[in-house]
Amino acid sequence: MTSVATFTEEETKGDGLLLRFSGNLTLARLGRLPERLNEVNAQKLAVDLSDVGRMDTVGAWLIYKLIRDRKAELTGANDEQAALIEQVGNADVPVKVRPDRTNPFQRVLTQMGAATATAGTTMVGLLGFFGALLLSAWQLMKNPRRFRMNAVVQQFEVVGVHSLGIIGLMSFLVGIVIAQQGAVQLRQFGAEVFTINLVGRSAVKELGVLMTAIMVAGRSGSAFAAQIGSMKLAEEIDAMRTIGVSPMEALVMPRVLSTVLVMPLLAFYAALLAMLGGGIFVWADIGIPPITFIQRIREVVPMTDLWQALIKAPVFGLIIAMAGCFQGLQVEGNAESVGLRTTTAVVQGIFLVIVLDAVFAVFFTAIGWL
Amino acid sequence: MKGKGEPIIEVRGLKNSFGDQLVHEGLDLEVRRGEIFGVVGGSGTGKSVLMRSIIGLQRPDEGEVEVFGEPMLDREENEAKHIRRRWGILFQGGALFSTLTVAENVQVPIREYFPRIEGQLLDEIAAYKIVMTGLPAETGPKYPSELSGGMRKRAGIARALALDPELLFLDEPTAGLDPIGAAAFDQLIKDLRDALGLTVFLITHDLDTLYAICDRVAVLADHKVVAVGTIPELLALDHEWIQEYFKGPRGRAAATIAKDADR
Repeated sequence: MTSVATFTEEETKGDGLLLRFSGNLTLARLGRLPERLNEVNAQKLAVDLSDVGRMDTVGAWLIYKLIRDRKAELTGANDEQAALIEQVGNADVPVKVRPDRTNPFQRVLTQMGAATATAGTTMVGLLGFFGALLLSAWQLMKNPRRFRMNAVVQQFEVVGVHSLGIIGLMSFLVGIVIAQQGAVQLRQFGAEVFTINLVGRSAVKELGVLMTAIMVAGRSGSAFAAQIGSMKLAEEIDAMRTIGVSPMEALVMPRVLSTVLVMPLLAFYAALLAMLGGGIFVWADIGIPPITFIQRIREVVPMTDLWQALIKAPVFGLIIAMAGCFQGLQVEGNAESVGLRTTTAVVQGIFLVIVLDAVFAVFFTAIGWL
Repeated sequence: MKGKGEPIIEVRGLKNSFGDQLVHEGLDLEVRRGEIFGVVGGSGTGKSVLMRSIIGLQRPDEGEVEVFGEPMLDREENEAKHIRRRWGILFQGGALFSTLTVAENVQVPIREYFPRIEGQLLDEIAAYKIVMTGLPAETGPKYPSELSGGMRKRAGIARALALDPELLFLDEPTAGLDPIGAAAFDQLIKDLRDALGLTVFLITHDLDTLYAICDRVAVLADHKVVAVGTIPELLALDHEWIQEYFKGPRGRAAATIAKDADR
């Protein structure tokens, strides 16, 4: 029963060839049979199946191909085998396995075009989303009782309080790294004391708010997209609309508002922790005591640095929350789309934050907040 | 050839539980070669868990499972592979691999077990399997996301049949299909059984499927199989759930249709 499929060749009259098959004509026992069949060369073919054990559709297909392409004559097949060969024959329709490939140049060009179009529509969509958000804010102001305080407070906890640990640790470590790198370079000029300027100003003005924005985008922007996206898939958003609840008010507004409110607090906290890390390093490495460090910070970090951070932070929060919610609402079809949109939300959020940061830097320099 | 009617699946004393929740206890079941065997039961009676226990996706707490006369529990991965090669499974949603085309999906089991088969023959095998399950030829190069629910199930069957299995497991094959599609799917299962000599183990809620194609039906209730038999045999039993199931308005409607079809 376990014999490999094979065949012997017998000359018949009039340069014909009789293929006498034996063994099991099954997928598992095929061996080199397909190749050997291809090598058979004769004008007239006949096939004898009387010694064949079991046969499955693959075996039947090989026999069927001999009959179809080489006009082979079939003998010795029992009813079951004949039926199987007929079944397989009935299913003989050309089927493509893969979609047609376009040439690489054309494909790259198409992809570039599609990506550009997507970027354009996304930007327009985001702008439209911002408009819808303003409208819904206006509606809420006219009708303050519809405002969902509980949802805002809950998001506040998730976006803000729960991220204190990770943002604090990250800022603390970044503060140490800046102090350490700065000290090594400035020591060459004997200007180690300026490490304090470096830590203070970079932490307050740029790093605190930027690192926080990146962390919030990764933590909360992605969560917004995934939550709203899976709600969209489960038709929860549609259900909301039909009941008369605006998803903009119920889902988007609390998330955006809480992110906008919590970002300045987080940015300030991050700046403090970065200075703490820098201060500890400066104390341990250069020997400047904490009291002197604090005094120097107060002298060298102008108040405008803090204003800059506190002005930028809510704007970044708005961008991140909007990108997250917008992408979440764009989810369509299947779970794969949720993953895709979540990634896009984070990438878009961080990208826009950094672009805006550059714009802010130019702007603040222009108005003299050096 | 192995004879018809010998047991192909044997389950004895099966016990399954999730935490405190008992699903099966002392469950016995026997499926015979060549039959279409239906499993019915209310929601939460563990129909899917039973199937998952048989195919080795769920480890039972107690009991024995034999498929093709071989014990399935505590097998070495390599030995289990040889048994798995001999069955095909259709999951509820089709469970096609979303990054592959339908034809490539059908080729996956063949590539895995018989890497020697390649090139043109591999493509031809995928082609006739797809056509055999009643899908149009244009379906081959399409991705699962481009197909309707019914087509996805047919493609799932094509993949389950890739290795010419002796045994086919179907988890609610007609769920979510429209009545016309469901009837066509029933016919497909029957045709494939007759053409390829399959044994079919199928879980269903669909009374029409039971009447139309099942040779024997097992009823799951109270953590075990309370009855097995042909539908007339089950109807003769005095079990509350069975009576309610088959004699309820939907059961009666399905029975009428089945009678009309026989005439």
